[in-house]
Amino acid sequence: MTDPRALYHDTIVDHDRNPRHEGPLPNATHSATIDNPLCGDIVTMRFVVEDGVIVDAAFEGRGCALSRASASIATTRAFGQTPEQLLELAGKFGQFLQSAPNDAPPLDLGELEVFGGVRSFKSRRTCACLSFRALTSALRTS
Amino acid sequence: MLRRVVELAARRRDFPALATLVNGRRLAYLDSAATALRPQAVIDAVTRASTHDAGSPYRGVHALAEAATTVVEHTRVEVARFLNGTAGEIIFTSGATAAINLVAQAWGRAHLGPGDVVVATELEHHSNLIPWQMICAERGAELRLAPVDDDGRIVLDRIQFDRVKLVAVAHVSNVAGTIAPIAELARRAHAVGALLLVDGAQAVAHLPVDVEALGCDFYAFSAHKLYGPTGTGVLWGRAGILDAMPPWQGGGGMIRSVGATTSTYREAPTRFEAGTPNVIGIAGLGAAIEYTHAIDLRTVHSDEARVHRALLAVIRAAGGRILGAPEIAVVAFELPRVHPHDVATLADGEGVALRSGHHCAAPLHHRFGVAASARVSVGCYTGEDDVAQFAQALAKIREVFP
Repeated sequence: MTDPRALYHDTIVDHDRNPRHEGPLPNATHSATIDNPLCGDIVTMRFVVEDGVIVDAAFEGRGCALSRASASIATTRAFGQTPEQLLELAGKFGQFLQSAPNDAPPLDLGELEVFGGVRSFKSRRTCACLSFRALTSALRTS
Repeated sequence: MLRRVVELAARRRDFPALATLVNGRRLAYLDSAATALRPQAVIDAVTRASTHDAGSPYRGVHALAEAATTVVEHTRVEVARFLNGTAGEIIFTSGATAAINLVAQAWGRAHLGPGDVVVATELEHHSNLIPWQMICAERGAELRLAPVDDDGRIVLDRIQFDRVKLVAVAHVSNVAGTIAPIAELARRAHAVGALLLVDGAQAVAHLPVDVEALGCDFYAFSAHKLYGPTGTGVLWGRAGILDAMPPWQGGGGMIRSVGATTSTYREAPTRFEAGTPNVIGIAGLGAAIEYTHAIDLRTVHSDEARVHRALLAVIRAAGGRILGAPEIAVVAFELPRVHPHDVATLADGEGVALRSGHHCAAPLHHRFGVAASARVSVGCYTGEDDVAQFAQALAKIREVFP
């Protein structure tokens, strides 16, 4: 068994305590809300896409440190990306969380590598994935 | 032969799961409200029934079938004695959830119609709420939720009893830990000709239950919250009421005569036990009830009360907010700025098993203005060392989330 404190990398705690881009985004062009009925957590991801590029992003909702931190980091990764690039990142992140605990992370994951600890805690994968499921839903409906 | 097990240390030796090491730490099991651990006597009874009482009950004349029938019938008598009912009023189900669905479907279809009202409460577990939502929607009846106050107590005088046909209430709240005023609810329900169903899932391990003294009409509970196996439960129903109810599920064992297109049904309780009974689970339930006699639940209750006070003190010292005013050692709380899931995962790292989420009681969480909570709950094996370990876990959580 892995010590659960390995889950809570300083970066995750930092994004939970000091979330980036948390709040409404009135001029959003793309948004989606995903909830986890089992735990009552909910997250809404919103984006402004102009000329095929994400120029603004924000999240809102309630959830645990893992879901808040992944939403916060997702917004920081969105700026200047095309929706397709962010969807590709979401796919890589999902594969990463499904991989074995000692597998090397895929390239370009960046700060999201701090979620590696989740791979040892299957029940918490849905927490880390919640925001990426929301952003996938938001950007696929373009 | 009844063996008295009065000391906490002795009780603990009966529960092999307590020897589990979690992250190298001793296990402090504070999730008994979700499912209680099982004593060796229950594990042995399950094994014995699997090994020797291996036939199909009520369906054969050979030795193993007879042995299985004896297990089921012996346990039926034991359960009846445990609740102060009669054996003919004991229906075996897969759990409290199935027991309540049985009443909702069998009694509800026959007795609920447009204009009728079912009263549940804001503190119900989903198992005593959704079945009523379903049958009320199907029958065009109205479901009314009785309010609870800030302590998590049902506000009796705010329940409107007009047109009420049935009141469904938890004996003990699985979140607020409060005890419902069952006898008074029974009086008020009966005054308007309504029935009272009590969900005893959280009560049976902590309170003596006497269905006659409570005055209820149905009482449901699950074996696994009473130190028994999962997948086994009981519905007690007052004899005259059960006899007037149509069956719910059809199948083997519940019929009197079968024709090609119609059949007639047996009397209660057999009428409500279609299909081969869970002999193994029922054997475990019988052993669990015997174990509660051996440990003397009244003695355990005073031990639990001490642990209960210690838990409240530890949570308050950590700055936690307790949901309601628990009377039983089932304590839901939230820590400021730490999500319950993070509390539970980090506590697990310290060997402390506690519950997080809405505990299948979403309406009560809405009532308290929170989406989720963490919950600690005790069993007959819980001691003050478990509380101390929980306090250490809360301190570690503050290290990670200052």
